[in-house]
Amino acid sequence: MSSEATANAEEHAHDDHGHHGPKWLAHHFDTPAQQFDAAKLGMWVFLAQELLFFSGLFVAYGVYRSWYPEMFVAASHQLDKIMGGTNTIVLLFSSFTAAMAVRSSQLGKQKATGNYILITIFCACVFLVIKYFEYTHKFHAGLLPGRFFHPHAEHLVAGAPALPANTGSFFSIYFMMTGVHGVHVVIGIGVLIWIWIRNNRGEFSKEFFTPVDIVALYWHLVDLVWIYLFPLLYLI
Amino acid sequence: MAAITTTPGAHHDDVDPNASFLEKKGLMSWLVTLDHKRIGIMYLISVTIAFLLGGIFALLVRAELLTQGKTLMDADTYNKMFSLHGVVMVFLFIIPSIPAAMGNIILPIQLGAKDVAFPKLNLLSLYIYWFGACFGLYSMINGGVDTGWTFYTPYSSSDPAHGGVGTATSVIPMTLAAFIMGFSSILTGVNFIATVHKMRAPGLTWRRLTLFTWALYATSIIQVLATPVLAITLLLLTMERFLGLGIFDPRLGGDPVLYQHFFWFYSHPAVYIMIVPGMGVVSDILASFSRREPVGYMAIAASSLGLALLGFLVWGHHLFVAGMSEYATMVFSALTFLVAIPSGVKVFNWVATLYKGSISLQSPMLWALSFIFLFTIGGLTGLFLGMLAVDVHLHDTYFVVAHFHYVMVGGTVMGFVGGLHYWWPKFTGKMYEESWARVGWFFVFIGFNVTFIAQFIMGSRGMPRRYYDYLPQYEIFHQVSTFGSWILGFGFLVLMVMFIRSLMNGKPAPRNPWGSAALEWQTPTPPPTFNFVKDPVLTRGQYDYQLATDDELYEGFDDPLFPGLRGGKAPVKKAAAEGDHG
Repeated sequence: MSSEATANAEEHAHDDHGHHGPKWLAHHFDTPAQQFDAAKLGMWVFLAQELLFFSGLFVAYGVYRSWYPEMFVAASHQLDKIMGGTNTIVLLFSSFTAAMAVRSSQLGKQKATGNYILITIFCACVFLVIKYFEYTHKFHAGLLPGRFFHPHAEHLVAGAPALPANTGSFFSIYFMMTGVHGVHVVIGIGVLIWIWIRNNRGEFSKEFFTPVDIVALYWHLVDLVWIYLFPLLYLI
Repeated sequence: MAAITTTPGAHHDDVDPNASFLEKKGLMSWLVTLDHKRIGIMYLISVTIAFLLGGIFALLVRAELLTQGKTLMDADTYNKMFSLHGVVMVFLFIIPSIPAAMGNIILPIQLGAKDVAFPKLNLLSLYIYWFGACFGLYSMINGGVDTGWTFYTPYSSSDPAHGGVGTATSVIPMTLAAFIMGFSSILTGVNFIATVHKMRAPGLTWRRLTLFTWALYATSIIQVLATPVLAITLLLLTMERFLGLGIFDPRLGGDPVLYQHFFWFYSHPAVYIMIVPGMGVVSDILASFSRREPVGYMAIAASSLGLALLGFLVWGHHLFVAGMSEYATMVFSALTFLVAIPSGVKVFNWVATLYKGSISLQSPMLWALSFIFLFTIGGLTGLFLGMLAVDVHLHDTYFVVAHFHYVMVGGTVMGFVGGLHYWWPKFTGKMYEESWARVGWFFVFIGFNVTFIAQFIMGSRGMPRRYYDYLPQYEIFHQVSTFGSWILGFGFLVLMVMFIRSLMNGKPAPRNPWGSAALEWQTPTPPPTFNFVKDPVLTRGQYDYQLATDDELYEGFDDPLFPGLRGGKAPVKKAAAEGDHG
């Protein structure tokens, strides 16, 4: 489908003098197909980088979990499964709307694209608001990283197992993982707003939807990371 | 250009296809440029300043060690000097040196492309590098760090201000500097991978890429896959120092060896980020100055990728005495020996390239030959260290210092300076004085060996690295080493003066001063903004000397064997005239 679109655009690229492309074709590319493929490949390579960036945290999680399994089980009882689960659904749904934004953009439906991007942004904001309430609870309960870990019994989840002394390590990992992920959500909101503005300006068309496509790819990764974080931190 | 034919290409209206990329003047024309060559030159200037700074720290370290006890500075200052030498040389100089500086200038031209795939991202990488460098400078102004460039925990992460027992120096800004500059490196890697895949000129198949391009491609893969692990590690370290996370500090329930695993998971592949591009430069220089296709072209290309792959599997050899299971150390030791295979493949192929080649011992070639010689010593001594029993004795001695300096300086810096000599005429449009280049090379080569052979000997006799003071039996070696560092420094000074003189009043460089068949020498000197007057189409490989025409190799040049035969011939302007169609 995309190859059709780009083949179509190639005709525009070689008009009268044979060297003026459509205005969205950057100066250093010969064909729209080349530009699209390069952007797509670049984003995939960047996503590989993102996975490796998170890998350090996942390894740290694995190491500490294998050393202190009881502590991890006890600590995970302090996390709110309902809020975490809601956030998972919100992010999954936002990934769906991001994919729909790409599809609408490919079909040249500017208005639908804009709406889907807005819903995606809205979901991202909902995610952060829920995260804010979760963090607030942790702050009140003194469930903080390392040195700042001072649990207040009255704020802890009732009936949960007692917290071992080194539970601060769990919350170090929890805050680092969700914090770094949260930063990615914030960056995601930023780039989604950017393509929403560009979409409103009418910069995208059936022939040129690359930015929507690659921003959606990034957004799927943010979603994917959370899909691993949720069970690791909240459920098991 | 007979073998490399041209087609009309897309041109921007505001860019004159024939004008040199250096033509536009003014600071802003540089700061907002998207031209990969200008970005590369800005990188080149930045890394050269970093190299000077790191070099000054190195000379100070060596000067302090000239005599036993205090020579110049107290022990705390000495600790900072060797730490800053390491940090500046690794993160500010050697990582971006060949890929970001020289790769940026040359890679798109060797691909026959107008620019890298993402020119704005390219400029962003440079700004991120500068931004990170500012953090580094801030740390230095605040007294620098005394942790070594490795920032080992818990010394680096346990802040006395919060009741810790570690260093009180300015660690957070310095780790943030490395963290930020890491993203510059990652983005350059992303850019180069997309560029090599998608921006090749028609006819430029994978088997026709230069070995420099192959090396940069392999390097980019490492940059993209290894650097983010350093980023998260340094972020954890920063947060540990800031918030007392307790991931790396045993007093808080953490594990310092985990830090070493994380750190070397990046920093061992990073060794290949440093050396593989140098190997690429050397492969190209050897081909040009032996006037033939490199022997085992595909083997050299594949061994670059092999090094990139193996580089990820051997980080544990930095931890042989740090507390790992014996089985793990055996596996890491065995994997480490495997690295010798692709390295050996390269060295044997380079030497075989020389055999019956038409060798010309001009200055770039001197650096390339030095590379082979010194890298071989550096590589073979690496095998000593990869051997478990021997490493217990040699770990953390000057033997290790000498080993990695033979690889990093004897390898990468020789490749970097050789590449600088080789491509200098192309991107500055000026020639340099060959005689002074040779004098500079002589002092660097001699000085380097004097400095580090002494360190091999004292290291094998047990002199520990990083120490401020030493026993009397090591004094002679330290003095020889310090003396060598002065020769080395003098050599670089000669080169610096030579290059500045070339910029000020060097002779204009011809299109192809070395008679090379590679693509970057088939475009005007200095190249136009979009690199070629017309988009190139390759009908032969870049090392196919047998297929290259005389004009491609010797246009406007005196014949070395029959002076006067071509001497008077004016450069052919035909291609340029055809390109004028806007």
